[in-house]
Amino acid sequence: MKALPRYVVLGAVSILMLYPLAWLVGATFKSNAEIFTQIGFWPSRLDFGAYAKGWKTSTEYTFATYFLNSFLITIPRIAVTVVSCVLVAYAFARFEFWGKRWLFGVMVGTMMLPLIVLRLPQYLMFREVGMLDTYWPLILPSAFATDTFFVFMLVQFLRAIPRDMEEAAMIDGCNAAQMLWHIIVPLLRPAIVSVIVFQFIWTMNDFMGPLVFLASVEKYPVSLALKMSIGATEEVEWANVIAISVVALIPSVAVFFAAQKHFIEGAAAGGIKG
Amino acid sequence: MYENKRLGFLFVLPFVLGVLLFKLFPFVMSFALSFSQYDVMDPPVYVGLANYRELAFEDALFRKSLGVTLAFALIAVPMRVGFALFVAHVLNFRMRGINFFRSAFYLPSILGGSIATAVLWRFLFARNGLVNGVLGVFGLEPIPWLADEHYSLWTIVLLFMWQFGSAMVIFLAALQNVPQALYEAAEIDGASRWQQLWRITVPLITPVIFFNVIMQMVHAFQEFNAPYMITEGGPLHSTYVLALYIYDQSFRYFNFGYGSALSWVLFAIVAGLAGLSFWSSRYWVFYAGEKETRR
Repeated sequence: MKALPRYVVLGAVSILMLYPLAWLVGATFKSNAEIFTQIGFWPSRLDFGAYAKGWKTSTEYTFATYFLNSFLITIPRIAVTVVSCVLVAYAFARFEFWGKRWLFGVMVGTMMLPLIVLRLPQYLMFREVGMLDTYWPLILPSAFATDTFFVFMLVQFLRAIPRDMEEAAMIDGCNAAQMLWHIIVPLLRPAIVSVIVFQFIWTMNDFMGPLVFLASVEKYPVSLALKMSIGATEEVEWANVIAISVVALIPSVAVFFAAQKHFIEGAAAGGIKG
Repeated sequence: MYENKRLGFLFVLPFVLGVLLFKLFPFVMSFALSFSQYDVMDPPVYVGLANYRELAFEDALFRKSLGVTLAFALIAVPMRVGFALFVAHVLNFRMRGINFFRSAFYLPSILGGSIATAVLWRFLFARNGLVNGVLGVFGLEPIPWLADEHYSLWTIVLLFMWQFGSAMVIFLAALQNVPQALYEAAEIDGASRWQQLWRITVPLITPVIFFNVIMQMVHAFQEFNAPYMITEGGPLHSTYVLALYIYDQSFRYFNFGYGSALSWVLFAIVAGLAGLSFWSSRYWVFYAGEKETRR
């Protein structure tokens, strides 16, 4: 294929991918009548009123509360994910232990296990220990390296790194904890950035988890609050709903652009989902 | 140090505990519950195969839901994987702007799973939404995307396809590993671009195609956010995928036993299809470095 048709195809696909998003940002400034009659991007006026109204919500809380809740789930979850996945990946990539091959097989297998099969029993388990309507069910499993995609990605990354540095450190009498902190973690840094970015975006996007485990509105993360605002504002100003949806996407978009280089390469290397 | 088996096991211990506690135990528990009748009020009662019998012979909604789920997966997975491969093929060239296109195509994969995107999708496909507006420009009649049971599933399929970026990125990495010399040799022998795609590229990246098909299939069978938010399973249950039915039975009607039986049917289908793919893979997946067995 010559260069020109190539660019035509890619340009067309780019428009299909990005124009809907651009149109929706434009729609936040439009009135109901405009939203449903115009396919152009430019609104006739520049009014941020929809953002203010959407942010306030029809509940007693504003989106400030919901964003705070989302971060209260996301940040601890990222921390425990990184710690547990690095430890486990280090073991798989470097150590010899009983049942290693078999355990690795289990890990790859669980990547294919449909999560929805586990939701109900997990709900019953967390009910038994009184953890429903808290953030524990959303964070605790991640502390045990159950997000196996990340373990797999880190293992692949570590396997590609020669052991020279570790062997030198061993000769110098480095112990396992020192090795982990001074050699392995610095080597894994780009992969750890990918883990953080993916876990941030996936946890912000997670809807079914909070839907199943949380009951009180004051604990809702952004995803649940959005669902609620849709239900509560049937047939009113669409721009408010669109505006708050756009705002809800901002953290993920910001993280994506800040880390896109790492991120896309990590995605390719780990063969990770999106 | 790396021969120290105890140390290695210590490091892997969180994962062993995690799998036992949060994967294996719930998995077995779900299987056990599927043979029970269990709701919020009463403790579980063993009912044998009654749940499975009911869904196999009496539950018309299950049959509808199963059909919708299979249709969705059979349409959406090949479309996403095929489109991802096509775009990766076009993009796999030393060219200006490759990073821009790669990011632009990846962005929807980041946002696609979120509720915000599902909300936005509703507006795009509304009767007077952007999609119908664009059709109007080309002189086409507006399509009742969300209101007509013949079109509703397509809105979900299109959202699934819009997120082809993650599969594309994996394809792109694989394509960049195909030795350039093979194409040069083919060029000399007079092979067309199209022939090069089918005779060189595709056979060499079959392991990656295989990986993408399996992973996308697992995702497709679990699709929940889009049908829940965009169409709410309707109209006339035309987008009522199994994940929605399982959710309703488990967490709306609190039929824990029946919900478990339904999730095990879903698991069996996914496991069966994955098994079938693995079995068939020896006929069409070729790993570099292995002797080619085909003629």
